[in-house]
Amino acid sequence: MANTRVAQRGLGTDGMLIALALGIGVFYWLFVAARAVDPLMSFHAYVFIIGFTAGLFGLVMYATTPPAEETGYQTAVVKAGVFASTFWGIAGFLVGVIIALQLAFPNLLYFDALGWTNFGRLRPLHTSAVIFAFGGNVLIATSFYVVQRTSRARLAGGLAPWFVFWGYNLFIVVAATGYLAGVTQSKEYAEPEWYADLWLTIVWVVYLLVFLGTIWKRKEPHIYVANWFYLSFIVTIAMLHIVNNLALPVSLTGSKSYSLFAGVQDALTQWWYGHNAVGFFLTTGFLAIMYYFIPKRAERPVYSYRLSIVHFWSLIFIYIWAGPHHLHYTALPEWAQTLGMTFSIMLWMPSWGGMINGLMTLSGAWDKLRTDPVLRMLVVSVAFYGMSTFEGPVMSVRAVNSLSHYTDWTIGHVHSGALGWVGYISFGALYCLVPWLWKRKDLYSRALVEWHFWISTLGILLYITSMWVSGIMQGLMWRAYNDFGFLEFSFVETVEAMHPYYIIRALGGSLFLIGSFIMAYNLWRTARGDLRAGEKRPVMAPQPALAE
Amino acid sequence: MYEKLASFAQTWGLLLFILAFVLVLIYALAPGNKKKFDEAKRIPLEDDEPEEEDR
Repeated sequence: MANTRVAQRGLGTDGMLIALALGIGVFYWLFVAARAVDPLMSFHAYVFIIGFTAGLFGLVMYATTPPAEETGYQTAVVKAGVFASTFWGIAGFLVGVIIALQLAFPNLLYFDALGWTNFGRLRPLHTSAVIFAFGGNVLIATSFYVVQRTSRARLAGGLAPWFVFWGYNLFIVVAATGYLAGVTQSKEYAEPEWYADLWLTIVWVVYLLVFLGTIWKRKEPHIYVANWFYLSFIVTIAMLHIVNNLALPVSLTGSKSYSLFAGVQDALTQWWYGHNAVGFFLTTGFLAIMYYFIPKRAERPVYSYRLSIVHFWSLIFIYIWAGPHHLHYTALPEWAQTLGMTFSIMLWMPSWGGMINGLMTLSGAWDKLRTDPVLRMLVVSVAFYGMSTFEGPVMSVRAVNSLSHYTDWTIGHVHSGALGWVGYISFGALYCLVPWLWKRKDLYSRALVEWHFWISTLGILLYITSMWVSGIMQGLMWRAYNDFGFLEFSFVETVEAMHPYYIIRALGGSLFLIGSFIMAYNLWRTARGDLRAGEKRPVMAPQPALAE
Repeated sequence: MYEKLASFAQTWGLLLFILAFVLVLIYALAPGNKKKFDEAKRIPLEDDEPEEEDR
């Protein structure tokens, strides 16, 4: 009877290790669920049990399928990352629009009995969904794609990349549900509690090993610059995450913990983390996308490889010191504030060096901007990068900060970077990736990319201009004194004055959200292999024959 | 203690950073590396060999 048995793939060492980890995890979380000291912990214990059990089930499914050759590039996990990025992007932008409307109309979704619809709960959901869920999935997916292609080697670790993908998304689910339920350690962009942090640490170390392992077995002698940027992103985020989240849980079966740091040390650690989340998550990670996808899409090598090396090393050496500019006029010693400010201003150089390198890659091919909306999106993202990295150092100057800090100007600045730079470079990468991964000749529709581009560009402009006006007005109103030396305006008067700008901002955000729906539809049809009829496709036109 | 740390940072820290930057410049601009970098910058454009993909 043996010869009728269907051959099965089985599990290698990689699968066995993952199964072991998940198995131990299920038992640990069953124990926690049984003995949880607070309902939030028992809720999250069940989330982990469901996640780990689904993982084990997936491993069994994998092991019992017929064996397949595994010689080429691993693309399925990148495809999964494209799905996850699009989904989380829309979710994050949607929550952003909701909280923007809540700021304009405070009674919106305010229910005495429902804590989770309040602004305070939804706001971290928005920030984490766009930064970590959308941005993180884009970075994981593109890094897995780029490191294989530029190393000419299959992803290392067998099933480990899948563990990274699902493990990271499980972390997102735990973090997001936690915010809604009220689990938080009150550190901005690092709200998840100790057990979610530990899980992310495990996932992240595996991510680092997969990335390093792939570089290790590369067939290309040189490590392409995009991989240096990805590597600095992965290594530095590991360091920042671990140090900022050093905490002592009150109980091993409870959700609450206390940070190792207190007072000004806590503030400095938090903003060392917070600013480098901007620097190494939202900057170096997405610069890696720039260094691969713009040359690839423009079909031209990067403008200067030498500049990219100087760009890389000076950027990572300087960025790590800029955090204290978040703490001007606080208990932080003034020399530390000045240090943060000085390094922030020095960042102009590498930031603009990188921007020039990205933009000049198009020299000699500028006409492609007219015909290829995807390339235009990538290039406009680099322009937004230049703009927000010019604005950031200005705002880090103590005198400017005294006007801008705690006002909407900061929000406008963040969103010119987030919507313009991170958003557009990610959209551009997704528009490139889907036809490449699904082996389609072209996108379903270039016209829809045009619509996406112009609608969301209008949205970004409405967003950042309204926040500039609102923020500077707010700062000026706060510091206005009358002839007797009293404050000219009460706080609520400043809030009232900002109302129209909040409506404009919500409108801008809505346009950006609509753009992302258009993208999701376009990507979906592209993946299915559809081509919209009657569209001119300039790049696809065959070259005319030389002879008459 | 503060004075010591500050003077250390202002002298040796500054030297270290300048030295690091000079090393980066030498590495990036060394004529001997030109060929290597010219090849490296073409890596993304030459990754199109139709390798088999799976799953």
